[in-house]
Amino acid sequence: MNPILHLNKVFDNRIRLGIMSALMVNDEINFNDLKELLQITDGNLASHIKGLEDSGYIIVLKGFIGRKTNTTYKATDDGQRAFKQHLAALEQMINSTK
Amino acid sequence: MNNEDVKQQEELRHIKQMMERSSRFISLSGLSGIAAGTCALVGAYFARHAIIKSDGAVLQNLDNDLYISSLNGSFSLSDLLNNKLVQIAALTFMASLVSSFVFTFLRSKTTNVSVWGSTSKRLFINLSVPLFVGGIFLVKLIQFGIVGLIAPGCLIFYGLALINASKYTLKEVRYLGYSQLLLGIINLWFIGKGLWFWAAGFGGLHIIYGLIMWLKYERQ
Repeated sequence: MNPILHLNKVFDNRIRLGIMSALMVNDEINFNDLKELLQITDGNLASHIKGLEDSGYIIVLKGFIGRKTNTTYKATDDGQRAFKQHLAALEQMINSTK
Repeated sequence: MNNEDVKQQEELRHIKQMMERSSRFISLSGLSGIAAGTCALVGAYFARHAIIKSDGAVLQNLDNDLYISSLNGSFSLSDLLNNKLVQIAALTFMASLVSSFVFTFLRSKTTNVSVWGSTSKRLFINLSVPLFVGGIFLVKLIQFGIVGLIAPGCLIFYGLALINASKYTLKEVRYLGYSQLLLGIINLWFIGKGLWFWAAGFGGLHIIYGLIMWLKYERQ
């Protein structure tokens, strides 16, 4: 089977890929940490988060630290599965051309 | 290798990097290790002199006074702080903390990872818990006059703290932890030579570790 078919369009973007990578190894991450990690603007990050949220790969958790709002993001089971599949496809493609 | 391949490998590298950067504090500088090690050696030198000059009385004072005061139930922090060796130890600790912070702070400017972000907080907590418990344990040892176990105790608790913390920072920290543990354990069979082991661990090992890390990651 052609592994290209397993590559996920949603992850065909460095920022969305970065957000998902970080959420695979952390339970939750907040907006500012993601921003620092990816070195991008608020608006840019927000739009990619929206994209991942619409695909059902991440969920948004709104909370408070003291009085300040603290929004964190978490990968859903669907998102984790999709990411693993994408990763496996990438690895397979590299191995098959070696 | 074709373009597609390069793109995919680049993508995998990006994934790995994002996973590491989001879960580990990578700004820890090798120079911090060298600085802390140097402070430890200077501290050990002064401690050695204090012991020789007082003909061992400092150690005995630490031993007797505190033991007696603890029997009287009057053991207090000021008893402890009045001892010359304890003062040297406290100064050494603060100097190494400040100097190692400076280099890591400077490094954080190049890596673009803030010194007080979620990765550094996680590292700090995981390092602090074993150290804090060790600290209480060691104060109790001093209180009961078991001075010979202080140096091995420092090394063992510090080693455990490093191994625990290594999950949240550069993975090489784990080997520094194992080395400190090994020194601490060996020291248990050479009670009375504690200062030498202490200097080798907190001074020597820190400098060697720092140098290796600096050569590996930071030298341009």
